[in-house]
Amino acid sequence: MIFWELFIGFLKVGAFTFGGGYAAIPIIRELVLSNGWLSEETLAHMIAVSESTPGPIMVNMATYVGSSQAGLSGALIATTAVVLPSFFIILLVMVVLKTVIKNRYVQAVLRGLKPCVIGIILATGGFMVFRNCFRTGQLNAADTIITVLLALILFGAKGILKKKISPIAFILLSACIGIIAYGF
Amino acid sequence: MKRKTLTELFLTFLKVGMFTFGGGYAMISVITNACVEQKKWLTHDEMMDMTVIAESTPGPIAINCATYVGYRQAGFSGAVAATAGMVVPSFVIIYLISMVLENFMEITIIASAFQGIKIAVGLLIVNAAVTMLRKMKKTPLACVLSVCSCAAMLLINIFSWKISSVSLMLIAGVISLVACTPQKEGGAA
Repeated sequence: MIFWELFIGFLKVGAFTFGGGYAAIPIIRELVLSNGWLSEETLAHMIAVSESTPGPIMVNMATYVGSSQAGLSGALIATTAVVLPSFFIILLVMVVLKTVIKNRYVQAVLRGLKPCVIGIILATGGFMVFRNCFRTGQLNAADTIITVLLALILFGAKGILKKKISPIAFILLSACIGIIAYGF
Repeated sequence: MKRKTLTELFLTFLKVGMFTFGGGYAMISVITNACVEQKKWLTHDEMMDMTVIAESTPGPIAINCATYVGYRQAGFSGAVAATAGMVVPSFVIIYLISMVLENFMEITIIASAFQGIKIAVGLLIVNAAVTMLRKMKKTPLACVLSVCSCAAMLLINIFSWKISSVSLMLIAGVISLVACTPQKEGGAA
């Protein structure tokens, strides 16, 4: 039953994502690929749309996946599911466990989770970049050149010019490059 | 009186949800502006406390903040009003886009644009991880955990192993619990 799968899937996303929207991407990727809901291709579209529209990235992704699988009710269910763990955990923390966050065992676990999440995000992003370049089974010249070019722009601006490019500006730029490279 | 507070909570977070791009961390400054400077719902110190809680608990950071502020101002119904306000703009905008996007893909120019965008998405994720890595406190344990989890996740992806990233997180949590706790006890003694 698709509604149940969406609900449980996004409940898990909401309950196990530490550190904001990007940390949700590996878990959502597993969820949609293993269920065959989205392809790598449509997954990337979905992430791009979620990053360039306002609102929490995780909520955007849940709504998108839900809607693509089961229309309005799917969107409602996935969005509710992704929010529920947050909502009740915060209430719990505020009502009964005010000191739990500062508890040293909780802090010890959190101290391990953060670096692990960073490693997972890095591997997921790196794998997506890599897969793109090899999407036909062998190195795709056009994609690889664009990847290198965009990487130079993104990391060059950050390292040399000390200027951060906003994700939206970067996505728009990549769209222009895509149009020039792949035709219109 | 209560209804006024609820409406105000809903509208304030509706605005935050509608006009903030870039996810949780970008939102914290907007929420500070709305809740501390304009509405005086929280002091700066309370805002700091809330940020720590929002970051240490799972889920979207902005939702954690909305629930927190809403509950503080008006109890359970306040939490519902603020959280709903935060979610509604996302929901409406994304729902509309998702209905039309895949049809638009048949237009060549949009398909080409998204071929470029697809490449950017991977790079943005790498970039987010690099930024987080730079800010991370580089204790030996943190370095080992981040390198190992990155390597493990790459292997999982490459060989399509059926291991969830959640299990990696659980393992890291347990390792850190075992490694950090005695050290702290020793320091306190």
